Amino acid sequence: MKREVKNKMKLSFISRSENEGLSRIAVSAFLSSAGADAGVIAQLKTAVSEGVTNAIVHGYRGITGIVTLECTIYENGLIRTVIRDKGTGIEDIEKAMEPLYTTAPEEERAGLGFAIMKSFCDRIRVRSVPGKGTTVTLDKYIAENG
Amino acid sequence: MIPITEYDSERKILTALLQGEIDHHCAGEIRRCIDIAIDKYSPELLALDFSGVTFMDSSGIGLVMGRYKLMKETGGETIVLNPRDDIRKLMELASLGRLTKIAYTAHSAAKASSGRKVP
Ligand SMILES: Nc1ncnc2c1ncn2[C@@H]1O[C@H](COP(=O)(O)OP(=O)(O)OP(=O)(O)O)[C@@H](O)[C@H]1O
Ligand SMILES: [Mg+2]
Repeated sequence: MKREVKNKMKLSFISRSENEGLSRIAVSAFLSSAGADAGVIAQLKTAVSEGVTNAIVHGYRGITGIVTLECTIYENGLIRTVIRDKGTGIEDIEKAMEPLYTTAPEEERAGLGFAIMKSFCDRIRVRSVPGKGTTVTLDKYIAENG
Repeated sequence: MIPITEYDSERKILTALLQGEIDHHCAGEIRRCIDIAIDKYSPELLALDFSGVTFMDSSGIGLVMGRYKLMKETGGETIVLNPRDDIRKLMELASLGRLTKIAYTAHSAAKASSGRKVP
């Protein structure tokens, strides 16, 4: 069965840290206008903040690039959020996703971003090519009980 | 947002009233502000009051862990006060409770942290 798109948005911004707040506001506003549960919005907002921060902090470390955030709501209640950067990419995705693993401990990073995205979403997929960039796809259902 | 810091010199408690959203964008500034006060007063207890915090992600976890380590260097302790439910859940996910107590106070953070009760 083909999934029908109910609503969709796309946001691109340069990798400046003040845009982390922008990405959260955009996702919250988009989801609340679609009638998503408050709890779902809060969790997805946090997951998006993690993904976008990673793109800015790790993906575009020392350089400026474009981060894109795409959010699609399907008729069946699925919310698919895609965060994309064309930065450094990840050498070992499995390792990067381990809780507490970080390549930036001196910046007081906890290594918990992926763990938070995982626990706040129903599904996460990470595609990454070193030197090409990273795409993180977060799936979550609009209502708490699916 | 920049935290307000208060120091109780009698009990050697430094309270930082954190406010608004804590993310990577503002964590550095908050950290600098708290660390300047720690350096200035050498408190025995650092109370991080989250009453006014409306959002936090892993950058906030890193901030708390970093202050915990800094306080530990001089034998000091850190306590987290009054986080909202969702923020507390995030802290639990990060097992922050193993490093610092998380407590709730009626009003003044500095006053209640003397009791240091965990609910
Ligand atoms: N978009 C990205 N581009 C390049 N590397 C990334 C990207 N996202 C994550 N990584 C790598 O994966 C590691 C783990 O990411 P994760 O978000 O779990 O932790 P962190 O960002 O290091 O710390 P925290 O999120 O707790 O502040 C990072 O340290 C980094 O090496
Ligand atoms: Mg991260």
